[in-house]
Parts: sequence; C-alpha cells; structure tokens
Amino acid sequence: MGPLQKTRADAAARSSDTLIGTRIPKKDAPQKASGRTRYIDDINVPGQLYGKILRSGQVHAKIRSIDVSAARALPGVHAVITAADVPWQRPIGVAKDHLPLKPDRVRSPRDEVAAVAADSEDIAEAALKLIRVDYEPLPPVTDARAALKPDAPLLHGDDLVWTGPDGRAEVVHAASRDNVAMTFKYAQGDIARAEADSAAVVEDVFQLHYVTHCCMGVSGVIAEFDASDNLLLYSNTQVPFLHKREFAEMLGIDPGRVRIIQPPIGGGFGSKLDIYPFEPIAIFLARATGRPVKLIFTREEEFLASPTRQPVLLKLRSGCSADGALTFRAVETLHDNGAYTSWGATTPFVMMQTISSLYRVPSCDYQTLAVYTNNPYSGSFRGYGNLQATFAVEAHMDKLAEAIGMDPLEFRLKNAQDPGETTPQGMNFKSCGFKECLRIAAERSDYQQKRRAYRQQWNDSSILKRGVGMASMLHVGGGAKIYPSDGCGTILKMDDFAHLTLITGASEIGQGSETVLAMLVCEELGLPLSSVSVVNSDTDITPWDVGVHASRTTFIAGNSAIGAARKAKTKILTAAAGKLDMEIAALDLQGGYVIARATGERLLELSRLIRSLHFSDKAELVMTTYYYEPPSQHQDKEFKGDVSAAYAWGTQVVEIEVDTQTGIVRLLKVTAAHDVGRVLNRLGIEGQVEGGVVMGQGYALTENLIVENGVIRNPNFRDYKLVTAPEIPEMDISFIESVDGEGPQGAKGVGEAPAICVAAAVGNAIYNATGVRMYGLPFTPENVYRALHGQAKPVTWDIGA
Amino acid sequence: MHEPSAQYKKRLLRIKVNGRWREDAVADGCMLVDYLRDTAGLTGVKTGCDGGECGACTVLLDGLPVLACVTLAVRCEGRSVETIEGLAAQGRPSRLQQAFHEKLGAQCGYCTPGMVMASEALLRRNPTPTDDEIRAALAGNLCRCTGYVKIIESVKAVAGLAP
Repeated sequence: MGPLQKTRADAAARSSDTLIGTRIPKKDAPQKASGRTRYIDDINVPGQLYGKILRSGQVHAKIRSIDVSAARALPGVHAVITAADVPWQRPIGVAKDHLPLKPDRVRSPRDEVAAVAADSEDIAEAALKLIRVDYEPLPPVTDARAALKPDAPLLHGDDLVWTGPDGRAEVVHAASRDNVAMTFKYAQGDIARAEADSAAVVEDVFQLHYVTHCCMGVSGVIAEFDASDNLLLYSNTQVPFLHKREFAEMLGIDPGRVRIIQPPIGGGFGSKLDIYPFEPIAIFLARATGRPVKLIFTREEEFLASPTRQPVLLKLRSGCSADGALTFRAVETLHDNGAYTSWGATTPFVMMQTISSLYRVPSCDYQTLAVYTNNPYSGSFRGYGNLQATFAVEAHMDKLAEAIGMDPLEFRLKNAQDPGETTPQGMNFKSCGFKECLRIAAERSDYQQKRRAYRQQWNDSSILKRGVGMASMLHVGGGAKIYPSDGCGTILKMDDFAHLTLITGASEIGQGSETVLAMLVCEELGLPLSSVSVVNSDTDITPWDVGVHASRTTFIAGNSAIGAARKAKTKILTAAAGKLDMEIAALDLQGGYVIARATGERLLELSRLIRSLHFSDKAELVMTTYYYEPPSQHQDKEFKGDVSAAYAWGTQVVEIEVDTQTGIVRLLKVTAAHDVGRVLNRLGIEGQVEGGVVMGQGYALTENLIVENGVIRNPNFRDYKLVTAPEIPEMDISFIESVDGEGPQGAKGVGEAPAICVAAAVGNAIYNATGVRMYGLPFTPENVYRALHGQAKPVTWDIGA
Repeated sequence: MHEPSAQYKKRLLRIKVNGRWREDAVADGCMLVDYLRDTAGLTGVKTGCDGGECGACTVLLDGLPVLACVTLAVRCEGRSVETIEGLAAQGRPSRLQQAFHEKLGAQCGYCTPGMVMASEALLRRNPTPTDDEIRAALAGNLCRCTGYVKIIESVKAVAGLAP
C-alpha cells in the first residue's frame, strides 16, 4: 500500500468512526467566501434613518452651551439630541460612571456631546458641522502617575446622581476623590520570609502600551421600536443576554421587551463585551424619531472611540532559591483606566492568576491601582491582562535562571505546575500538560542549543543577530465564573426528516463555534454534519448564555450541546427499543439509522422513526433542552477559588533576527505547543492559534496606538501598523491532548491562549540575540534601536503615592 | 444650507458589472464602493477603512485589482468591474472560493471578499505563484483573524488549476 492510499484509508476509517480531531471546514465559510454574508453594515431596514455622533475633540473641558438650532433646521434632519433631551439616561459601563451623552463636562476627545438622525449619512454629517458647542477647557490629566498626585484635577470628583421620572434621586456612581477607579489586592504566603530565604532576587519595572482590536468590521447598531414599544436591536455584541438586561435597565423598560439580533460579526476579540455610548445613543435617536436608526462607525471613529487593551506600568520583584525553586513574587501595577471604567479595569483578575499560579510560587503579593485620566478608556481584549502579566513574569523567569546559572528551560520545568495541583489561589489543575508543552516547544525549536549558540554573537561585529526566546502561559480554559451563572443553554429540535436544529445561546464571532457545536451533537447522534443547522443569533429564540468571552464557548456551549444531544438520543432510543422490542442498551445511532450496537446492523431509518413518533395518537416531538453550568467556583473576597472548570497551558518559542543598525526585529519562526485538552476541529484550532500568534506578533512588534496628551495620533491603518501577509513567521504548532475530564470530548478553551506569550518570548529572544533586555513594548525599530544604543528612556515606577 | 445636488452633480454611468451592462445616475463624487454597494446592491464589496488602507473593497477593474473605496465610480465609464459576487457562476462558488471554504481562509469573513479578489487577480496573471508571490499580492489586504496562513494555503490550493 503506497503512502497516498494509506492516508486515504486512514481518513476514511476516521470519518466513519468519529468527527473529533478531523479537519472540518467552517459551516458559514461558503457564504463568506461568496460575499453573501450580511454584516450589520450590509443590513438596511425599511424607513431607516442614519445616526451620527458629535464628539468633543476636547481632552478635558466644561460644556458651557450647545446650540443645535441650525442643525435641527437642516432639511433631511429628523432629530438632534443632546444630554438635555434624555434627562433619564443612565450611566453605562462596569462602574456606571459613564453617561452616553455628556451633560456638562467632557473628559476625552472621544466624548459624545450630541447626535443626529437624518435621511442620509451625508446630511447627518452636515448637521454635525452646524452644532455649536462652547467649551471651557479644564486642566487635563494624561498620565496615570500624575493622576495620583494630591493636587491632580479630579476626573470623577463628584457623585453621579441619576434622577428618575418620579423625581427620585439616586447616587449611581460615588465620587472618586483620588482618581482611583478600582483597586485589587491579593496575597499568599509570607513575602518577607521568602525573600530572606532567596538566593537570587530581581526587580524591574515594565511598561505595556496601548493597542486596540482593529476588528475588520467596524462597530455598528440598528435600533428600532415597534408600535408596541418593544425594542429591536441589530447588534454586534458578544454578550447579548447581559446587554438585553442592561439596555432595559437604561431605558426603564421590562427586559422582556428587548430583542437583540446579532448579524454575523466582523471580528470581536473582546471589543464587544461592554455597552458603549453609541448603542444607547442610537436607541435614543430611534425613540426620538419613531424610526429605525442605523449608526455605523467610520474607521477613524473605530480607532478613537473603541476600547483599548489596558496600558500597564508593572513593578515585579521575584526570587528563587539556589537550586532554582521560585520563592516569591511581589507585584504592583498601575493601570491607566482612561476617562471611564470598562472591563480593562478588571484585568487584574486574570493577571494575578499568571503571577500566582503559572508556576509554583509559595509567596505572592499583588496590588493594583486603576486610575482615571483623560486618556482613552480600555476594555477587554483577547488575553484580558494576561499578555501584560506574562510579559513581565516570563522576562523574570529568564533573569532568575541566569542569576543562578541555570538553563531557562530547566528552570521553568522545575517550577511548572503538574496535574492535580491546587495553587494557593485555589485553582485546581485537573488536567495540565504544561511540562509537555515546555518540552515539546523546546525540542521542536532546538531551543537549548540555539540559545547557547546565539549568545556567542553578543560581542561580535555582526549586524544581523539571531535570538531565541521562550514564554509560557496559563489561562482559563473551562469558562470563568464571574457572573451569577457561567452557563449556556441549548435547545435541540429534530424535525420529521431527522434534520437537527441546534439552538444555542453561544454567539459565533468568526471563531468557528457553529461548526464545533454541530460536530459535537453529530458525534452524539451519529448524524452527518449536513443534517444540522445552527441558530445562535436572536435572543427571542436562543436560550441564555453569559456571552463569548474567557475562551469559554467550546467548553461551556459544547457541554451544553452534548447534554441536549444525549437527552435526544435517550428519547429516540427509548422509542426505538419499544418499536423493535429490544433493550435500549442494545441500540445506537449511526449514519441516520438506529443500529444494533453489537453488529452495526441498520434496524430503523431515523427519519421514519421520528415521523412515526410525531404522527401518531400519542404525538411526540423530539425536542430537548439542556443548561450546562460548569463545576467552578466564584472567587472569594481574597480572590481565591477555582474560577474555571479547566485551565489551558501553552509554551511558545520564537526565533528572531535583529538588525542592529536599524532596530528592525523580524519574527522568523514561532514554535508553539498548546495544551488544548483535545483537538475537536483540527482545521479550526490551527486557525485560532495561527491568528492568535500573529495578533501577538502585532502587539510585540508593530502595533502602537499613540496617545499624546490625551489625543490619539494615529487613528488609521496607515499609521497604526497591523501585521501583513509578507511579515508572518513560519509556524510549527503542536497540540498537547491532556483530555480534560470535564471538557466536551476532553477539550479545553483555546481562543485567547495563542496571543498571550508572543511578546514575552520576543523580549527574551531580543536579549538572547543582543544581550539587551527591553522592559517596554512595542519592539518597534525606533524603540529597539534606542535600546541597543543605550538611548532607551529607563522605565521607572515613581508613582509618588 | 445643505444642498447635495449642488455639491454632487449626477451623470449617467454606463458600466459592465459582473458581465452585464447597466446604466445608473451617479454623482461625480460617488466612490465605486458606494455605487456597487448602494446602487448595484453588491454588498459583498466591503468597507473596512476610510480609504485605501485595508483592501476589503478590492474588485477587478478590467481584470486588474483596484480599491473600490478610492476609485471614483464615474472613472469606470465603459469599463468592466468584477466583484466577489461575479466569481460564482450561477451561484456556485469558484474553485478559489471553495478553497477559502475548505482551507479555512475565512474566519469572521469580513476581509474575505477582498482577499479572494486580490488572489483572483494574482492567479489570472500568474497561475502558479510561489508562497512569496502570494504573500506579496496580499500585502495590501488586512486580516485580523487568520494570521494569513490559511488564506495563503487557500490560494496555493488552486495554484496551477484551471479556474
């Protein structure tokens, strides 16, 4: 048998056995490759008006007056609204410190001051130009450290009071008299003693920069009230059920009157986890006009008014014993929260997991301050603080190893977690392939040999220097219990032709969840993939789900889908057993038939069986529901608890080339090993890892949202540099299958994981190539050149508070 | 006072779109992307930026790739435009489109029409491109999901095959 035949035979054998681990094309890809997918920008509703927002352009100012009379008089304009027109508007965001339309003060150039609904986008834009706003500039605070000074202007120095239609006043956001938006404090063990016992101690300050999601589809919404005052939103949200409630609260209506339809989303990556002002504003305009209002961002607006990844100043002190056991970590971080509070402020939740539990660290101390400034505000972004924490932690793994003269791989292996470990923070690693990730990534990249060889070039005269760097990561892989429920519901319906409709709460945002969920139910019910349709985009139809975040969809929605499929299978086999007068245990489903489990003999055609159930005196439909709640815990007040039902691990080794004359760093190769529990859709998971690696490459090397004195200087793709096709590295990706006991078919989440370690690994590789350690991102040519030539501005802590 | 008609005089545009001639009244300032999306109803042509930066609107003008967002519609008088919708004969995806399906060239899919059209243009002038030639041909098309690997593989899968 030749090799080709063997491959075919393997593939055939596999396809008849199982779908799991095979390469399944995405269900929605034919539509997408044909240009037929209708994103929000492609949808037009009869009678719709076009909404546009007037932004302040002021870093910090008082609004003295707004004159909208000329804009209102423009033909084709249907409504011009300001905060005065919506006195009942409620604040949005994680801390409820953000009014959609700003009444008397703006804290950022992106701030929404007025909005227009008009017959066309051109008219709406012309109307914006006719609005006159008189501002009185206020002193800006555009540096997180400056915001903590005792004499710093206060961003939210007064209580935010909301007055309801009944005149009842309520403080919805309490004043912050020190510009502190949020704090976190976590501790384990005894730092002082651990430090005293350490043979080596290193301390550094790291500075992580602004980047933003750059989803290829810009933000947008269509808001419409029907004649009974029910609200219909076409929205790109990643969390439809949470937002349903929030929109209702904001409007003072029953959440049952809010319906959210999610058209296919042009990329999410965490950007659509919060409500942003444009959404309520579109709703206000729809209410004011009685017409559907469509509001779509320009790309510039997307850059200016979307959330960012949280910029962080991070001071890390780490120690280890002479034989290479980590002893302690003490961390302080200062987060620039921007002018309002979104999810970015809560990223310390994830950062502290990496600091306390990626490796075994007996003693830990972690403190965070998120402070208000007039800068852009930050949200959640793939990795959720983990890129920042991993950058610092993995730099210190290399530095400590060097301090005690140990090989960095051996040092990591000595401190890496094992299966079964419960960390002092309370995370329990039921499955853990971390050491295998380390070994395989090192082996496949020839890490140890190359690292030693490349160090030899530090003092030679070569212009191009190569380096290798390693970094690892820990991330939630079985959901994250942040909300009262971390669950997901499924409704499974089999029609009388044995066609399945899988109705899931989980949203498809390009990651391929539709396909994986369909695979999982087909696996249970022995059906071909073509027998399944997935419905996942309408809150009036789909059951509750907490949303697409925390790499949770495959794990949580997957388990939910399997639960519903098993109930359906029981129902079908019970009926079949009755008809065939056989034991249920003797039957199974395969290829659209009820079969004899022992022989595989086809006994009943599934569609006939379903019809005979349906069209009988005791008519019955095969419809099942299931709600899956993962067996994870809420963390206690000390941030301790097993917050995820499973944890994902990964190691990446990068090989780079540094041009010491220009500072250009080329990423040549990424060798990645990820513990994913089990590969479900091999094609899909490769795509996730490849895309994540390149997103990490952008964070490390090219992307930089330049914010100067509160103003974003590069709101376009010309000046904000995404990685393009010619720049991508060679990739060698290995999947470690630790087969998690709780995971669907053993799988764990992987969505965020691949983006997390790239920058940390590149930092270590630059050191390996040049002997120069860089403590700030991004590694753009200018920054690298400065660092290589001793001109880098040192990163200092100096928060003076 | 805002008077669109004074700003943008309209004229009759005669243009071949996906093999069929059509005539439409089009404002002088109207970009090809807006004409194709709003007038011709071809929403497969995507807008991902504010002009000339992302490649999502790539279409073929007389067989060559252009960015429809920085091309005036009236400049296409008497010329032939092909969009992503035109590649599928009778609604059946072309081989290249099928490859984007089978090889996972699309995740969120927003950049996909532009990627497919830029690749189509490459394959027409160079039916057997190398990896580097594919990468170079796609250098002006941004994707945030895939890391480009499977897009390049999609193009490679049909290199050397008849369309």
